[in-house]
Amino acid sequence: MTTPTRRQRITVEDIGDIAVVQFVDKKILDEQNIQMIGDDLFRLVDELGRRKVLLNFSNVDFMSSAALGKLIRLHQRMTQVGGKLVLCGIIDSILTVFKLTKLDKMLKIVKDEQTGLNSF
Amino acid sequence: MSERHISVNITIQSELAETHRVQTDIENALQSNGYDEADVFAIRLAVEEALVNAMKHGNQLDPDKQVQVSYSVTEDRFDIRIVDEGIGFDPNEVPDPTEEMNVERPCGRGVFIIKNVMTSVNYLERGNIVVMSKLRGVETE
Repeated sequence: MTTPTRRQRITVEDIGDIAVVQFVDKKILDEQNIQMIGDDLFRLVDELGRRKVLLNFSNVDFMSSAALGKLIRLHQRMTQVGGKLVLCGIIDSILTVFKLTKLDKMLKIVKDEQTGLNSF
Repeated sequence: MSERHISVNITIQSELAETHRVQTDIENALQSNGYDEADVFAIRLAVEEALVNAMKHGNQLDPDKQVQVSYSVTEDRFDIRIVDEGIGFDPNEVPDPTEEMNVERPCGRGVFIIKNVMTSVNYLERGNIVVMSKLRGVETE
């Protein structure tokens, strides 16, 4: 297992067998940051074997399209390994972007963390 | 809260970290003119996408190539012009990311997002110049 040598961009809380992920950064943008976040998320799935992941965006107030791309890849990876990815706590302005790009049809998005936990 | 016409012309390197500086300045200018959260978010997003496109796709992140940014903020509107040194592109040839065959692609949404959150967007010359406007308080979707 690879050991990260930099500060983690996510925090993970286990609730049962569900990994609830919060983001350290309020603004998820710039390629380097998004890459690090992606690495941390993929490590959860590929190295730590998590199959139920709930991403809580309540701390995030801005996200660029590059971050959307990373979420799509994560969703595809979860599907490949038979897992499930749920997103929650997305503020209205960011949710508008998910709807605009029709990613709300592909990704499972719920209102809040409790609803997300109940959806697994 | 004071309202003031702000006009800025700058040249930045093709480093993605430079986008933060430009965005912060624009956000401050918008807020000093009383723009609401929705407008600030839309403009920030479009500027982010356009600058990244200019640096990454236009200038290929070449440190010898620069991006020219000119913007103005008034109490009624935000305007910005971004120029890169790349070969340009035809925005009409960018695939629609909302089509079924494209939805699962992890990239290719920037141009689409810009078009849908700003009041007007035009690509000039060979496509290496983008001019965008946002009228304050006007819904675009």
